[in-house]
Amino acid sequence: MTKVCVIGIGFTNFNPITPDMEWKDIMYEACQKAYVDAGVDPRRDIDSFITCAEDYWEGFSIFDEFVPDQVGALLRPCCTVCGDGIYGLGNAAMQIQTGLMDVVSIEAHSKVSDLLTYGDVVLHAMDPIYDRPVSGPVERPNYAGLPSYPEENPKPLVGSSDETDRVHPYFLAGLEMQHFLKTTGTTEEECAEVAVKNKKNAFLNPYAAYEAKISADHVMKSEYCFKPLKRMDISPNVDGAVCFVLANENIAKDLGIEPIYLEGFGWSSETPWLSTRGMEAEYARKSAEMAYKMADIVQPTKEIDLAEIDDRFTYKELQHLEALGLARKGEAKTLLKEGVTEIEGDLPINPSGGSLGVGNCLEATGLQKSLEIIMQLRGHAGKRQVPDAEVGLAQAWRGLPSGSGAVAIFRRG
Amino acid sequence: MENRKEEKPTYPKYAPGTHVRTSDIRDKKITYTWWEPEIQYAWSLGNAMSKFLQGLKEGKILGVHCHKCNRLIVPPRSFCEYCYGPTEDWVELKDTGTINTYSVSYLDPNANRIEEPILIGVISIDEAYPKPMGFMHYFGEMSKDEIHIGMKVKAVWKPEDEREGSINDIKYFKPLGGGE
Repeated sequence: MTKVCVIGIGFTNFNPITPDMEWKDIMYEACQKAYVDAGVDPRRDIDSFITCAEDYWEGFSIFDEFVPDQVGALLRPCCTVCGDGIYGLGNAAMQIQTGLMDVVSIEAHSKVSDLLTYGDVVLHAMDPIYDRPVSGPVERPNYAGLPSYPEENPKPLVGSSDETDRVHPYFLAGLEMQHFLKTTGTTEEECAEVAVKNKKNAFLNPYAAYEAKISADHVMKSEYCFKPLKRMDISPNVDGAVCFVLANENIAKDLGIEPIYLEGFGWSSETPWLSTRGMEAEYARKSAEMAYKMADIVQPTKEIDLAEIDDRFTYKELQHLEALGLARKGEAKTLLKEGVTEIEGDLPINPSGGSLGVGNCLEATGLQKSLEIIMQLRGHAGKRQVPDAEVGLAQAWRGLPSGSGAVAIFRRG
Repeated sequence: MENRKEEKPTYPKYAPGTHVRTSDIRDKKITYTWWEPEIQYAWSLGNAMSKFLQGLKEGKILGVHCHKCNRLIVPPRSFCEYCYGPTEDWVELKDTGTINTYSVSYLDPNANRIEEPILIGVISIDEAYPKPMGFMHYFGEMSKDEIHIGMKVKAVWKPEDEREGSINDIKYFKPLGGGE
């Protein structure tokens, strides 16, 4: 089958707020850099353009109408995928493998600072009959310093006039964390160490927004939001954009680019029934199985050199490590404790700083993680370089309240 | 087959259906759930659009060039969608143009009939190029019988103290008089 390569990457800095830039500007910046990196002219050399975006985050119905100009796709094949950026990589790879397209651009971004009522959008993703009525936004969980709501109307009335017994929809992460701690024998302190590690890694990453030198004690002393989940267990939101250029292997060779192959990808979705579905990230296990098979990976722990996995909440990194088969059930905490998942360890996890260190960039999360893998495989990761990295895995979850996610596996040629 | 022909149909050929009325919902004759989202955005405008809106506040229509594609673009943007290069060289444009297309609109946003139709359309700004290049706006001081494609028009601005950096700082476009 046609082999698919990454021939270009481009990205903006990740910042809590970007009042100086329009959402089109950050998309343009990331795409322009990716096209220069690949050495291609989008108006001539790129056959197809994919943006991964969700209308509600953007504030536009039919957001795909607003995409072509800033990604270079005017009057060219262009579409959006309503999902994480890794879904876009998979779709692009399939377009290339069919032979229909040779070079495809994939873009994803977050301009979450433009969204004043983040909690309401998360809430609006919950089932309106069974789940939404027990939840409601109390405060915008974006620590960017912007007011949640106008002063004269500090808490909007949602669903009914009674707002006294409502909780922010992030309580769902509290439910899952409680389950994770119980079933794996992990402690809150052990989860806190994920934030310590990732925020420390972020110091070595010039584009990360939330680097910090903290101890587990800092996390433990941050206030409970949804016990056992504390404020510092939650990745804060961030603005930013990432663009990838994928191509048929032959094109990469013609361009004289040392190929990095997209060896495998997979995706999977849980039922939306929150009270029925599993709480062990089955979507991550299934999508990894699909990707491992495609990439001929039999023993992930031995064959994968580093991974960027979804850490939108601290416990998620540990839960996903186990679901991806990179740790046995209940052993993720031990790997963390023993330093295995540090940059200098045997299986570095989230050397970029992850979402806890870089920030939660919504649908761009998977591309931010893939970006780090590509920089590592190219040997361009600077002070956080993992030596001799050849195979890397990127995984993203679609965030609360979803049970969907995707995996991509890259290999240096 | 013969038997089947003689069978009476079990459903009418044409089923008009039953309309759901507002009263059915109010009286809870049907099952439903109701949700009113409180969702708000405040979009940062970036350099190009901010400068354009600042211009409108000052009573000016600003445009920007893409020299590579030989375009004088209005509303201005930070990059040219044709060549994908950055734009440069800002200029002030005259507030006159030509009606590119229009519609005489009789319905309000809730689809209620309105007595005096609203004239709305696209204006090609005279000094911008290539045509069509301009923006959408209302038309005034003309009747629905007078308006036509190719009509020369001029902006009618709000008084300076009422302008706030919005496309509505222009109230509407009126017919361009002979002396203007």
